[in-house]
Amino acid sequence: MAVTDTSAVVAEQLSPPAALRKTQALWCYTIAGWSGFYVMLVELLSGRLIAPSFGSSIYVWGSVIFVFMLGLAIGYLFGGIFSRYSPSIVRLCGILAAAAIATLPTLMFGTQFLDFMFDHIADPRFGSLVTCLGLFLVPTIFAGMVSPYAIRILVTDRESSGHDAGYLYFVSTIGSSVGTLLTAFYLVLLFAVNTILMAAIGISVALGGLGALANYRKV
Amino acid sequence: MKRFLALLAAFCAGAFAVSPASAQQLLHQERSLYRNIFVTQNGDERCMLFRWPRPLGRESCKLLHEPEKLIFDYTQMMLAGLYLDPNPKRILIIGEGGGTIPSALQEMFPNTRLDVVELDKAVDGVARNYFEFKPGPDTHVFIEDGRVYVKRAAAQKPNYDMVFLDAFEADYIPEHMLTKEFLEEVRADMAPRGIIIANTFSDSALYDHESATYRTVFGPFFNLKLANRIILGRVGGIMQDDLADARKNAAVLEAQFARRGSSSNFLLPLFSTAVDWDPNSRILTDQYSPSNLLNALPRR
Repeated sequence: MAVTDTSAVVAEQLSPPAALRKTQALWCYTIAGWSGFYVMLVELLSGRLIAPSFGSSIYVWGSVIFVFMLGLAIGYLFGGIFSRYSPSIVRLCGILAAAAIATLPTLMFGTQFLDFMFDHIADPRFGSLVTCLGLFLVPTIFAGMVSPYAIRILVTDRESSGHDAGYLYFVSTIGSSVGTLLTAFYLVLLFAVNTILMAAIGISVALGGLGALANYRKV
Repeated sequence: MKRFLALLAAFCAGAFAVSPASAQQLLHQERSLYRNIFVTQNGDERCMLFRWPRPLGRESCKLLHEPEKLIFDYTQMMLAGLYLDPNPKRILIIGEGGGTIPSALQEMFPNTRLDVVELDKAVDGVARNYFEFKPGPDTHVFIEDGRVYVKRAAAQKPNYDMVFLDAFEADYIPEHMLTKEFLEEVRADMAPRGIIIANTFSDSALYDHESATYRTVFGPFFNLKLANRIILGRVGGIMQDDLADARKNAAVLEAQFARRGSSSNFLLPLFSTAVDWDPNSRILTDQYSPSNLLNALPRR
């Protein structure tokens, strides 16, 4: 007597056609890779933005790294939770765009915010910490949401889930590595900090918009 | 074959030759939050290094039996700032090192207020313990970032007559302390016609950018160049009378300088106002300040 594997059937029914899956996977990897690039670019430049008010001592970098780690941790948590409700490439693109838009206040009011913090917090350790929290926590949370959310879209069965997650983290972390090196070695030599940030925000929004348009109504 | 062996022997002799460091005795070493600090002694000469046994520039040196002597050309060149104002009432020094400049200044001007800013507490400790830096009653040492100190000091309007910037290391520049905004903040802390003296590098791609930046904030300045480069400017820019005044003041200070192993014959010919850089070079700002990257590139 033949036994039907109901879970396999359900998985097959839930999975989009192979060609569509391939396109979706490509979008997931592209967005996760760029998001990794973007986070490290912003992290490196945040040190530049804070140095004029609080210096570039070890505690300033401690504040920067703490806030980015905290933001990513919260983002992973929220991304995982958010992925339970109708996950889609369109929404993933929205998360990327949100991370970029949340960086805009740094461009628009960063100097005023830094001056305010400088005037009100004398201790450069806490001054840099509060400044980092105010400017960079929210964008980093959105950026952190990308990976778990993308994994939810990529994974179609339990068997390949580890492989999918591993490959996504590979692409995302390679993006981070390239973002770090390119920013530190070349971008700061060629462009002003705000120009680099503006371009990175623009690319994020464009990528998000393009991904949303390409995948609208496909799922 | 013989030629090859001779070359090999020459190579080995070079590779294993006794390095200059081996003649030095290591008196002290410690790892601070920011760097490794070494204190070495070679005969009568004691030095503070940030790299050892293969040193990359000496941060500070003194002769134990002639502690008032300024061994390095650059410290003598920095004190040449006194030629523009031989009687400063309030001085700011950013970068303490071995305390050579603050020690000389507090001895020359016992009633002048000296504010010394040093980022690394360990450097201050080494200056006091190994280089006999003994802050007098009017000398105040602040352990904090120079940029933060300057920015905060503006609220008190300190009106410094003279500011010494000596925070660069042989292979590292605190980039936030080489920008137009930083120099404007320094200028805001200074008295009208106050003197700025910066110890910096002489030849790299940074040269043109740094020059253009100082010029933007302080106007024309004297450029003293040997192995190091000293930018000697003043609020409102160097004027025609300044060199004549420098000659007069140098004569007054000659005995003091001679005691420190220096003289106006050595220093005054170094005073140059020639613009030997590209005046259209991009100015360094808080937004664009790749000083270390530029300093690693050769000058075009």
